[in-house]
Amino acid sequence: MHIVVCAKQVPDTSEVRIDPETNTLIREGVPSIMNPYDAHAVEEAMALKDQYGGKVTVISMGPPQAEEVLRQAISFGVDEAILMSDRSFGGSDTLATSYILTAGIKKVNEQEKIDLIMCGKQAIDGDTAQVGPGIATRLGIPQLTYVMDVLEVNQEKRTIKVARKLEGEKEILEAPLPSLLTVVKDLNELRYSSLPNKIRAARFNATVWRKDDFEMDLEQMGLKGSPTTVRKIFPPPDRGEGEIIPGGKDNPEEAAAVLVEKLVKQEIIADR
Amino acid sequence: MSDKFDVIVVGAGPSGLSTAYLLAKAGLDVIIIERGDHPGTKNVMGGVLYRQPTEELLPKFWEHAPIERPIVEQRMWLMDEESVVTLGYRSKGYGKEPYNNFTVLRAKFDRWFAEQVVDAGALLITETVVEDFLYDGSRIVGVKTGRSEGEIRANVVILAEGVNSLLTQKCGLQKDGIDSSQLAVAVKEIVALPKEKIEDRFNLEEGEGATIELVGQNTMGMMGTGFIYTNKDSLSVGCGVLVSQLVEKEGLNPNELLEHMKSHPALKKLLEGGETQEYLAHMIPEGGYRAIPKLYRDNVLVVGDAAMLCNGIHREGSNLAMTSGKFAAETIVAAHEKGDYSAGMLSEYQRKLENSFVLKDLKKYQNVGLVMEKNRQFFEFYPHALNKALEEFLTIDSVPKKEKQKKIWEDITSHRSKYELIKDLYRGWRMMG
Amino acid sequence: MINVAVEISEKKCIGCGLCVQTCPFDALTLVDGVVQVDPDKCTNCGACVEICPTEALALDEPTKEMTNKEKEQVKEMTGTAREMSEELTKYKGVWVFIEQMEGKVSPVSWELLGEGRKLAAKLNTYLAGILLGDGVEHIAQEAFNNGADKVYLVQSPVLKHFRTQPYMDTIINLTKRHMPEIILMGATTMGRDLSGAVATGLGTGLTADCTELDIEPESRYMLQSRPAFGGNIMATIVCRHRRPQMATVRPRIMDMPEYKKDQQGEIIREETNLQEEDIAVKVIDYIKEKGKAVYLDKAEIIVAGGRGIGSKQNFKMLQELADTVGGTIGASRAAVEAGWLEAEFQVGQTGTTVRPKVYFAIGISGAIQHLVGMQTSDVIVAVNNDPDAPIFKVATFGIQGDLFKVLPAMTEQFRKQLRQ
Repeated sequence: MHIVVCAKQVPDTSEVRIDPETNTLIREGVPSIMNPYDAHAVEEAMALKDQYGGKVTVISMGPPQAEEVLRQAISFGVDEAILMSDRSFGGSDTLATSYILTAGIKKVNEQEKIDLIMCGKQAIDGDTAQVGPGIATRLGIPQLTYVMDVLEVNQEKRTIKVARKLEGEKEILEAPLPSLLTVVKDLNELRYSSLPNKIRAARFNATVWRKDDFEMDLEQMGLKGSPTTVRKIFPPPDRGEGEIIPGGKDNPEEAAAVLVEKLVKQEIIADR
Repeated sequence: MSDKFDVIVVGAGPSGLSTAYLLAKAGLDVIIIERGDHPGTKNVMGGVLYRQPTEELLPKFWEHAPIERPIVEQRMWLMDEESVVTLGYRSKGYGKEPYNNFTVLRAKFDRWFAEQVVDAGALLITETVVEDFLYDGSRIVGVKTGRSEGEIRANVVILAEGVNSLLTQKCGLQKDGIDSSQLAVAVKEIVALPKEKIEDRFNLEEGEGATIELVGQNTMGMMGTGFIYTNKDSLSVGCGVLVSQLVEKEGLNPNELLEHMKSHPALKKLLEGGETQEYLAHMIPEGGYRAIPKLYRDNVLVVGDAAMLCNGIHREGSNLAMTSGKFAAETIVAAHEKGDYSAGMLSEYQRKLENSFVLKDLKKYQNVGLVMEKNRQFFEFYPHALNKALEEFLTIDSVPKKEKQKKIWEDITSHRSKYELIKDLYRGWRMMG
Repeated sequence: MINVAVEISEKKCIGCGLCVQTCPFDALTLVDGVVQVDPDKCTNCGACVEICPTEALALDEPTKEMTNKEKEQVKEMTGTAREMSEELTKYKGVWVFIEQMEGKVSPVSWELLGEGRKLAAKLNTYLAGILLGDGVEHIAQEAFNNGADKVYLVQSPVLKHFRTQPYMDTIINLTKRHMPEIILMGATTMGRDLSGAVATGLGTGLTADCTELDIEPESRYMLQSRPAFGGNIMATIVCRHRRPQMATVRPRIMDMPEYKKDQQGEIIREETNLQEEDIAVKVIDYIKEKGKAVYLDKAEIIVAGGRGIGSKQNFKMLQELADTVGGTIGASRAAVEAGWLEAEFQVGQTGTTVRPKVYFAIGISGAIQHLVGMQTSDVIVAVNNDPDAPIFKVATFGIQGDLFKVLPAMTEQFRKQLRQ
């Protein structure tokens, strides 16, 4: 079974800070990581490979530094890792990104038929959850999003059975191969790389695919191929000045009483 | 799978990186194994990088490396409760090539240094702990890591594991272990401040840096010093004291000591408005010459902090680490050519250290620690007395100067006899001169 | 001659590329996410300065004299950016996808009809619901009662359970035939699954997880605002040259519309010729998740604890307060990572986004990723030792003090005062 995983390099948003004076992002010193959901997709692909045999290829679109993400994938033990990097890819929104990745996936498929494509459910920097469905739509294959469990792969019937995580319930679906899965974090625990894989990763140099390696429509990629653009950036809406109840340090009981009285009087908290 | 390398370097600090860099350049197959996420994440130092030893490895490194500021002024503050006596040396020449010293943030610098090492051809593995050696009989033939299939073979293992030198102890080079009197604990904060404010407060031209060493009341009478270094847009503020003395002050933790130092009126103004970004703590091997372990055995060399190569008196550590790395690399290149990694062959490393400033300096200062520890007046009484004396002398109160001088002298001699003063002077001279 | 070019502040640039698209002279490029100018090409026309959302571009020197040809180019470029092409003016109407599962409608659909009504009014157009399923006609009336003018109804056994492919095909066909200007969907599991597929199929733009929508009257652009970069900053996004404009909106962000009984509306029935054998994905089963005690997203009162709570044991104090006010327990990432509560209790960017009536943040400092997940709560009550904790910036009420004293006192006071 040949599984392709799409992985994205993202800034670790838990470390993103904002310059309070200029209201702009402080880029410096924010570490780049593999999008955590994508890491779980890579892990799941490896687990399926362990169970059913085959090959895992990871593909990423991004600047040359995104090679780091592929290096991490190699340390997980994946067989091949490809970077799609070209200046004309820059500025792509989700629509253009899915166009470019689809071109890459098709090329991988020409070299070795793909049975399954996996993505994280969304990237933590944009939180859009659009690229996975975009790729599936462009390839005309079924998409199974928010997968929390891969229950079974039947290689003879060429089907896959998964559990999707919905609000308050789960749905069991069966789809033909190839399909595209987007995964949540609960479906597995990340593995601790073996030393040989760490060494392989340290030696790794990514295969880089550029625009000219494909027949691609320039109108569909980069800024030109991106229908959405940022119009304005502004600070989050101010919630207004809050009220600090005095005496919290010296007389906490009193402060608590004042607070509770406010909440009850203003019917914010009512008797049930 | 058992990959075989020429050399395994355990630890990607200044000593390990230096060794690996030169070995890789010489064409040897080197693997560095680092426990942190990145080289530098576990490394802590005050923040002064010496130009000369660094340049021996990395010519004109300041043109590319992430340095903070070249240091043009070094000050010393002798601290009392509320006052301070300041000394300093400033040279315009230090602000231009070839420079003297730089302030750096270790985490940034080491990451860059590691990139150079990898570019030179060494293999770097992070987030991996070396747990033990791999033996063939009694001969060390590699290491075992905490990862699955985690054995690696090599002709030589370089122990650049830092102050917590478990492997050095495990292979019998550091037989007695390390006791707390040989260790200092250093704590440090990175305090963010805008560039302009730093330059303004430290009286610096744009891009220039200054350092302040603090001695006296800031360590509460313990043997140690404090420091303030200017980075690009932050200050490194820290202090270090002997662990054994800190333990005596029951209940005092290093963080409180740092807070105590920061609360001094002279520091408060420098730090005003700064936001603490990071808090770091680290052990420093201050055992000096006497604490140095055996530095080699068949197939093993020890470098840097793991070898206790650290000069506490002159706050030198990373330069000794880098120089030891250089000697280790040279030794191994020679051994590699002969295909002989025996203790006899590797003993050349020790000879190189002995013939250089590294062991010569450490030998020279070998008694300083003991003298200082027994004579806490250097950290307690003298800074205090000097402050008092100047206060007396500089306060205009219509007392004739001659009487003032007399009073100062009486004050001092009431605490220490003339004989003791002369002895202290002599001791100080012997130690440092 | 020294070339004077537009000045770029790398600090402010967010790499959105708007200026690159706007520049009539191809003088700007994005390099590593930051715009760079080619001074040989730059004419200092200022088109980029005008369009930059973050004021990262500035003309420092007086604009240098442009040739007439250059002036024409600028006019052409900025002109096309503002005027709608004729093709795009054919699109009319605001559509809301009515999400239903086994006949039960997700409330976010009604919230979106409320919001869609406002947008339709500004665009002077109609508001429609799109309703797909099998035996769901009765829901159309509910849509009218919630403000829809029309409902496009497609019923078929293949649409009984949601599956991406038949839903996507059906909506794409409807869109091609009726050309709506805007399509809104809830940012639910279903809405996010479907919207990405539909937008790609239509080749149009989609903005996920919006928290504010508005219309720019001159251009008829839908201004789609959402938290960006971990919720530190809001970004307004527009879809300039493609239609329909598509957005998903987080549940519990928009207000419910006013419900009026027995409203009239037009049902437009459409057929689908999809057959079950055309559809590759089969639904095998639905399993209600048993034993799941926490529905943070549905809770009206949440009592959440953070690092300051200090231990698993101490969460009992929090539970007591929650029991007293009828609330649900929640936790910050720090508390979950410390193992004091299960991951399903986690509020924030990596946990659940909540919008309760009251959110108690006890011993939570208010890291950005936490704030993102709860700052739209109606009332936020914060208790924390540190007066500088960011949580106080979003709090409606705050007590700065020892939570181990304040918390039990609050519980006791609620017991007393609620009984009266």
